[in-house]
Amino acid sequence: MALLVLRRLVQTALILLGVAAITFLLLYALPADPARMIAGRSATAQTVANIRRELGLDQPLLVQFWTYLQGILQGNLGRSYAQKTDVGALILARLPATLILMAAGIAVEVVLGLIFGIIAALRRGGVVDRVVMMASFVGVSAPQFVVALLLLYVFAVTLGWFPMSGFGTAAHVVLPAATLGILGAGWYARMVRSAMIDVLNQDYVRTARAKGLSSVRIVLRHALPNALLPIIAMIGIDIGQFMGGVVVVEAVYGWPGIGQLAWQAIQQVDIPIIMGVTLVSALAIVLGNLLADIIAPLIDPRIRAR
Amino acid sequence: MIVPAAKPILTVRDLCVDARTPQGRRRVLDDISFDLNAGETLCIAGESGSGKSVTSLSIMGLLPKASLQVASGSIRLGDKDLVALSNRAMRSVRGGDVAMVFQEPMTSLNPVMSIGAQLTEAIREHQGSEGGMADAIARRMLDAVHITDPARRLSQYPHELSGGMRQRVMIAMALSCRPKVLIADEPTTALDVTVQAQILKLMRELKQEFGASIILITHDMGVVAEMADRVAIMQNGRIVEQGEALSIFEKPSQTYTQELLAAVPRLGAHAGTEGPPRVSAETDVAQPVSASPILHVRNLSVTYGSPARWLFKGKPPLAAVDDVSFTLRPGETLGLVGESGSGKSTTGKAVLGLIPFTGNVVIDGRDIAGLPARQMQPVRRSAQMIFQDPYASLDPRMAVGAAIAEPLIIHGLGGRSERDDRVAELLRRVGLQPDAATRYPHEFSGGQRQRVCIARALALQPKLIVADESVAALDVSVRARVLDLMLELQETMGLAYLFISHDMAVVERMSHNVAVMRGGRIVEMGTRRAVFENPQDDYTKALMAAVPIPDPRARHFA
Repeated sequence: MALLVLRRLVQTALILLGVAAITFLLLYALPADPARMIAGRSATAQTVANIRRELGLDQPLLVQFWTYLQGILQGNLGRSYAQKTDVGALILARLPATLILMAAGIAVEVVLGLIFGIIAALRRGGVVDRVVMMASFVGVSAPQFVVALLLLYVFAVTLGWFPMSGFGTAAHVVLPAATLGILGAGWYARMVRSAMIDVLNQDYVRTARAKGLSSVRIVLRHALPNALLPIIAMIGIDIGQFMGGVVVVEAVYGWPGIGQLAWQAIQQVDIPIIMGVTLVSALAIVLGNLLADIIAPLIDPRIRAR
Repeated sequence: MIVPAAKPILTVRDLCVDARTPQGRRRVLDDISFDLNAGETLCIAGESGSGKSVTSLSIMGLLPKASLQVASGSIRLGDKDLVALSNRAMRSVRGGDVAMVFQEPMTSLNPVMSIGAQLTEAIREHQGSEGGMADAIARRMLDAVHITDPARRLSQYPHELSGGMRQRVMIAMALSCRPKVLIADEPTTALDVTVQAQILKLMRELKQEFGASIILITHDMGVVAEMADRVAIMQNGRIVEQGEALSIFEKPSQTYTQELLAAVPRLGAHAGTEGPPRVSAETDVAQPVSASPILHVRNLSVTYGSPARWLFKGKPPLAAVDDVSFTLRPGETLGLVGESGSGKSTTGKAVLGLIPFTGNVVIDGRDIAGLPARQMQPVRRSAQMIFQDPYASLDPRMAVGAAIAEPLIIHGLGGRSERDDRVAELLRRVGLQPDAATRYPHEFSGGQRQRVCIARALALQPKLIVADESVAALDVSVRARVLDLMLELQETMGLAYLFISHDMAVVERMSHNVAVMRGGRIVEMGTRRAVFENPQDDYTKALMAAVPIPDPRARHFA
């Protein structure tokens, strides 16, 4: 276990270095000029050049990248061009909202996915199965903004059960989490269903039935743990995805998460923020996968043995 | 052996089971009636598809609801009719009064639950014993099935146990609630022959100790002879004959039973003769006297292991095959026999260059060690392989003719019409109709599929065929015909076979020479007569002694 973590830490460092390099190159290749954006439309060429020098943008690309890397190693993600503050602090300020939405969204999608996936697997080929599969197809294919607006209209505008937008109380988190959860649940339901169908046909489930166990016990104690592995892996991926910011959902519900920060930064060509958000979400993806790899052997002793 | 004239424990009467198919209902069990008396072992024997497993699942109430359904009849256990029982009531019968042991010990235990959890859960379910009590019973049960260090085993997981041990655990689990009836469905089929002997012995012991009656389902007449008080022979969903074991084996009244018994390969049946029996009509086939061997293997070793990766030490290399040498001449068969893990299949793969190896393998005068793929191609023409599972080794979406023609296409041989002719000829050669070429594998039975695989292997006119457990998946009667075909092809075409099998009797029938493998090494090698009639190595002797003999009078126990 310690070795796994150590190995992953080294891998993580390499991955982040790669992500940083690629993102840096891509941003450099953008036609937009951050100095011009900061200086404003009416600024003189001299002003723009000054700003450029100030930000170090006149240096060769490699020097810029090296300076940036040095900063990262010291825990410094740089300063935002537009907001003139520390990028690390900006991201940190957005972290609570992002983490709350991530946790709530994953909770909703996993719970819904498990419930409907298991029911569909048990009623395979029946009406319930077909309805669940149809619904999950909608969930898989519906665009985020459509579902977000729909929920907003029904539960906030018409019924008034939940606030329209913002952040602060538990009620605020319900609709954004539901939007993410409903969409993600489609994937989970399909995956749980096929994993469960596979497991329910295994010999050891027949053994469990031959012992005279109840169906509930067979499903929850014998089948489900065996079907969980792919689900755990998927949660690991989702952690990374949601940490990178869910731009559309955050925009619709005015949720002050990392996604919003990234969206503003892209519009303003605020390179340090874009870099910072990219690195944080890359880190989250790696950590999410590491988490999945740590949890998997707790469920499956065969992985422990390796 | 003395069957008390007591009231039967289990009475099955006129049991019919229907399968629901898209074409409507099809009867898969037809009017099955039998009794199981207290303390006896009833063997239900038959080939695949005879309905023996469906019978056992019907008794357990475990028929898959979507596809199979009891249509009529009764299964009486004491005063209960299991067919009419509610789900809830049936649950207390399952694992309580009637318990079952399945064929595949490797997959029949839940991989993510400890042995202890799986054992105690049945005990809690049926005996209501709590915590420590159930643990104590579980420990006692493991002790009863002769598993050492039971306390430690309880916390282990299935993958930490060998196949034989897992089957012991399954038996412990089945007997833990002291069932009246134990159903064992092919309990030893997946096990090595020496382990099989141990498990059969254990089942006999436990039958006495626990006073259970046993229904043993098997395709192996040797196992039947070894275990049965009474025998029921099944075919196509019917019981064709039932009676005392001795009378079934010695005075079978039905043709099917007679055929079944005749097809059983018997170890020692070919004693006193050299080489396999001749099967082709051609009396004077010139046995190739060519002195040059078609296959020459010297100091072959194969190691498995993983190379070191950063931060990890590699796994230490494990010798799967260790310094093996043999030669094989045209028209000859070398039987490679051994138990699982002995390295016999690995040897077969290495010989064809399918896995990396060290040492020398010379096929038809060409050393294939370290040969690049391009230069391997012509060698592959002279050496082909037939695999174990005819269901898995044919592409289900490829017509049989295309499958047979594929090697010709790969090697760029012949035009389209020539290939078609060749395919038709090959199909005839293996005893199939030429029009089979346009059909797909699922339209064929297991034996026919294996014939297709043989035709495919013959397409390139090889001189050497590696046959890896090629008949292991086939029923005995089908197996005998496929073996005859292989012998006939050898006689007429001068093929050399490297015949890999775990089945001593089959190897005896097929081989000129025999090599016995254990732990990656050849422990004994010689002519078939020398090895089978006068084995020198203790392991060879143990292996031969463990083979069940299809004769109730020759039982290994009193």
